[in-house]
Amino acid sequence: MVKVVFIEPTGGEVELDATEGWSLMQVATSQGVDGIDAECGGSCACATCHCYVEGEAADQVPAPSEAELAMLEHVVAERRSNSRLCCQIKATPMIEGLILRVAETQS
Amino acid sequence: MVIVGAGQGGLQLAESLRSEGWTGPIRLFGEEKHAPYHRPPLSKALVCGDQTADHLVIRGPEFFAKKGIDLVTGTRVVAIDRAAREVELADGSRVPYAGLGLATGSRARTLPLPGADLDGILVLRSLDDALAIKDRLETARSVAVVGGGFIGLEVASSARKLGCEVTVIEALPRLMARAVSEAVSAWYADLHTDHGVRVLLATGVTGYTGADGRVTAVETSAGPIAADLVIVGVGVIPDDDLARACGLDCDRGVIVDDCARTSDPEIVALGDCTARRLPDGSTLRLESVQNAIEQAKSGAAWLMGKERLFTAAPWFWSDQYDVKLQMVGLSTGHDRSVTLGSPEEGRFSILYWRKGTFVAVDSIARPADHMAARRLLDRGAALTPEEAAEPGFDLAARARAG
Repeated sequence: MVKVVFIEPTGGEVELDATEGWSLMQVATSQGVDGIDAECGGSCACATCHCYVEGEAADQVPAPSEAELAMLEHVVAERRSNSRLCCQIKATPMIEGLILRVAETQS
Repeated sequence: MVIVGAGQGGLQLAESLRSEGWTGPIRLFGEEKHAPYHRPPLSKALVCGDQTADHLVIRGPEFFAKKGIDLVTGTRVVAIDRAAREVELADGSRVPYAGLGLATGSRARTLPLPGADLDGILVLRSLDDALAIKDRLETARSVAVVGGGFIGLEVASSARKLGCEVTVIEALPRLMARAVSEAVSAWYADLHTDHGVRVLLATGVTGYTGADGRVTAVETSAGPIAADLVIVGVGVIPDDDLARACGLDCDRGVIVDDCARTSDPEIVALGDCTARRLPDGSTLRLESVQNAIEQAKSGAAWLMGKERLFTAAPWFWSDQYDVKLQMVGLSTGHDRSVTLGSPEEGRFSILYWRKGTFVAVDSIARPADHMAARRLLDRGAALTPEEAAEPGFDLAARARAG
C-alpha cells in the first residue's frame, strides 16, 4: 500500500491507502474523493481528473506522456506547472506521501 | 427523484442532481448486480486481464453514503405509471417519484442465424459478458469476430494481444463504416492485418456450425471460418421498452430534446436509450460516454427547472493495439478533406468539410489535434480547407488563435 493525500475542492483532506498498480484516479474515485469526474474511465480522453501534485513526492512522479500533455492543455481549471491527470499516475512506492490537490472544476 | 438504470449515465444524473441542489431522496435502480462501472475498458483492459472488475468501479460505497444516493442493484423496474407518478418494481412494489430519469441503455444486437444457440457465441455489453469472454479467451485458439465496428475491433485487438488467431468478418465493404471515413477505415484494415488479423470485408455471415453443442466454425459468404470462440459485435438496440409502454414518444430510442426532456416534462432520458430530435425533424442516436454524461447533466438541470442545452460536437474514442483513435463531429457525407501528419508513420488527423462547413476531425495518435478540433467545432469556427492545407498549418495553434 502507498499512502497518498487528496485535497478536495472544498478543502477536505483525505488520506488514502493506494494499492500498487492502481491509477490514483481509481484509488480516489473508488474511495469517495470528491471533485474528480473521470468521465472516460482512465483512457486519457477527457481531462476531467485534473489535480495539482504537491509535496516532496511530486518530483518522483514520472513525467506526463505526450497524450497527457495534449489533454492538459484543455483542462477547465487553471493549468499550472504541477497540473496532472491523476488517471495517468500509478501508485508506486516512489510516490509515497504525494499530495494531490483536486482542481476546482473539471468540466 | 427516481433513476432507472445504474450505468455511467444514471450515476451521473444522480450526482448532477446533487450538484444542482436537490436535497431530497435519490433512488438509483440498476438491473445488474454490480454497482455502476466504467464500460469502455471492458473490451480492452478487462478482457486482456490488465485490469479487474474492481478497477472499473466508478464510485465506491463511501461516495453513495456521502451523497445520500440510494443505489439499488439487482432490481428491475417493470413499469412506469405516469398518472400516479410511480414506478413499479419486479416484486410488485411501487416507488413514487417527483422527477424521473431513464438511463436504461441498450442491449447487444444478435443475429438470429442457424446455429446461433451453440456454446461459444458471445456478445459484449456488460461486465458479466466481458468476464465470460475473458474466461473463454484463456483457452480459445481461434477467435472469429462478427462485426468490424469499435467493439469488434477492440476485442480483435485484445484477442491478438493474448495470442489467439483472429478473423474479423464485416458485412460492409469497410471497417467502422458508421463512424469514420473511408481513409481511416482503410488505415485500420491495414493496422489489423499488420497485427496478424485476417480481415474479411463485404462478407456476410450465414450461420454457425458446431460439434457436441460447441461452435467450431462461422459460415460466411467467403466460406467457413474455423473458430472455437465467436464474438458478435453488430451494434446495439436502445432499451426503450419501459418508455414505449408508458406512452412516451420513441423512435428507435426515447425521443429527447437538447435538454434531455422526453415528451413528458417530468421525465428525462439520457445516454444509449435515447434518440435526440434535431431542429430539422430527424433523429440523432449517439452511443458514447460524452452523450450519456452531457445528457445526464442537462437532465438533472431540467428536473431542477433549468434549461441546459447539450449541443456540443459529439466525440468518441477507440483504443486498438497501442493506437488511440479520437473522433469529433460527424463526417458522414463530407465532400472535402485535408490530412495533417503522416498516415505512413501512424500519426495523422483528417479534417472534413461538408458543403463548405467544417464538420469533423478523425485523429490517430494526435491527441492535441483532437482537443483543438473539439474547441473549434464547438464554437463553429470558419476553418477552410485552403487554410488547413497551407504548409505548417497547426490545428492547436489555430484553436488558440480563436
